Amino acid sequence: MSILLSEKRMPEKELMRDEYTKTLIDIAQDNENIVALDADLVKAIGMSPFFNAFPHRSFDVGIQEANLIGVAAGLSSTGKIPFAHTFAAFASRRAFDQIFLSAGYAKLNIRIIGTDPGITAEFNGGTHMAMEDMGILRTIPGITLIEPVDSVMLKNVLKQIVDPYGVFYIRLFRKNAIKVYEEGSNFEIGKAVELRPGSDVTIIASGIMVSEALKAAEELEKEGILARVVNIFTLKPIDKEAVIKCAEETGAIVTAENHNIINCLGSAVAEILGENYPVPMERVGVDDVFGEVGPIDYLHERFGLTWQAIANKAKLVIDRKTKGQRQLSSNQIQSH
Amino acid sequence: MNNLQKNNWEQFAINIRIETLRAIGHLGFGHVGGSMSIVDTLAVLYGGVMKVDPQNPKWEDRDMLVVSKGHAGPAVYTSLALKGFFPIEDLLTLNQGKTHLPSHCDMNLTPGIDMTTGSLGQGSSLAVGMALGNRMDGRDNTTYLILGDGEMQEGQVWEAITFAAHQKLENLITFVDYNKQQLDGYTKDVNDMGDIAEKFRTFGWNAQAIDGHDVQMIYEAIQNAKKAKGQPSAIILNTIKGKGCSFAEGSLNNHHIPVTQEQIEEAIKQLS
Repeated sequence: MSILLSEKRMPEKELMRDEYTKTLIDIAQDNENIVALDADLVKAIGMSPFFNAFPHRSFDVGIQEANLIGVAAGLSSTGKIPFAHTFAAFASRRAFDQIFLSAGYAKLNIRIIGTDPGITAEFNGGTHMAMEDMGILRTIPGITLIEPVDSVMLKNVLKQIVDPYGVFYIRLFRKNAIKVYEEGSNFEIGKAVELRPGSDVTIIASGIMVSEALKAAEELEKEGILARVVNIFTLKPIDKEAVIKCAEETGAIVTAENHNIINCLGSAVAEILGENYPVPMERVGVDDVFGEVGPIDYLHERFGLTWQAIANKAKLVIDRKTKGQRQLSSNQIQSH
Repeated sequence: MNNLQKNNWEQFAINIRIETLRAIGHLGFGHVGGSMSIVDTLAVLYGGVMKVDPQNPKWEDRDMLVVSKGHAGPAVYTSLALKGFFPIEDLLTLNQGKTHLPSHCDMNLTPGIDMTTGSLGQGSSLAVGMALGNRMDGRDNTTYLILGDGEMQEGQVWEAITFAAHQKLENLITFVDYNKQQLDGYTKDVNDMGDIAEKFRTFGWNAQAIDGHDVQMIYEAIQNAKKAKGQPSAIILNTIKGKGCSFAEGSLNNHHIPVTQEQIEEAIKQLS
């Protein structure tokens, strides 16, 4: 793994979905077993260039997500490597049993692309807003769950999931991501990425919350707080050693994710800490409520997915560390 | 097909019923009804129609079978054992810990099982994907799918049916074990699926409805299905749940039942 960080962290020029399509075309040119499937969202993910380039290896099943996953799994049993796309909400909530049994339990070999995770569903609103996709899919034994941060990581990671055998889920933001990584970065699936050193607290972030975490760390530094920032882009298998190391070295953890705080990054980190190295921790994420419609800036504020929320929790968790671990967490205080 | 072949299949079907009942009897309970009703089709398929190699179960160009009504596993295992995929004695390990013969079909445990099934409806899409993949690779083979009639109530089945017709999957032949019963009673009382053959036709399939216990008719229906070009084929098997098993045939509650040694011995005596 070798990482080059973007200094400016500006919105990327290219849409994430276009990088996905371009990369999959590259991969498919070298590997004739690559097959693309969709459930009437080819245009939404911009996959028409792939469908035009490989008409005999592209299937739009129509609006049938259960069939989408079943057909993909069946294709894989004949040696194909299917990439099946639908919105994250449908991939996880609607086709869960098919992913669990037809793909996971049957030990077949498919890749699922779930787009518009969490608040990035924006104007499609609550029905389309997957705050729980990773949490649902995390319960499937052996599945690999990946959330690319920007197009550099997406391209790099996509190429790595062609040859390994199994069920892979890519949680994909379709639009212009904030550029965190520079071209030439090379990632290792299952390994956390340290983006910034720090000794007072570690902020572990994923997806669109990585840039918020970096901003929070910069603001905290102005107040003399040294926050380490770590990007966990592979939720499963999670980099347990990295989490324990952060707990040992900084003694306080904040997680930040564009997901329900139940059963995704915050939960996974809490499980590791609880069993191995308990330190005070706080979670930034959607606090177990349904999504709603609106522009992305509004939704960041509405669900507390902001650098300010991260910075506040960082101070709180450092305070708890300083005063001793038995101090109540902010979540407990709210519920009392 | 000559009389000798017909007699062979009929004898094969009797042997499948006997050994399946022995396996379920050894355990003391099991899916008797839905295993017995599909036996004659399995006898024709594994009696020579399906291109398979017991010495090489994963042979790429083989014909493939998806038993979406995965609870018919015991009858499929017996067919495979009698065909030589694994020793007959293994059948007595049915559903025991560490067995390679679980109640529902598992491609990773049982030599000769082509797809893992159990959650009803899912085998339909899996079979469509397999037929699609086989066609993409130009394999000269057929993918067979066995659905239960109760299973036709699952929405996913109809998703797969529309997509298979749209893809003109003429290398896919679907059997529906129309035994008219499901766990909770008669399908017509629970949620009537009406004229299933007509539904398939409306959805763009070639469809035949035949006596599902007549091996000659089953064979001929498969040959007819293979002649259908540009569309997948369905064969509706008019069957009796529990067929050939004296204590189960004709009973409304025979989906998953306890059995005694006396019942099994009596049933086997009548079959012999």
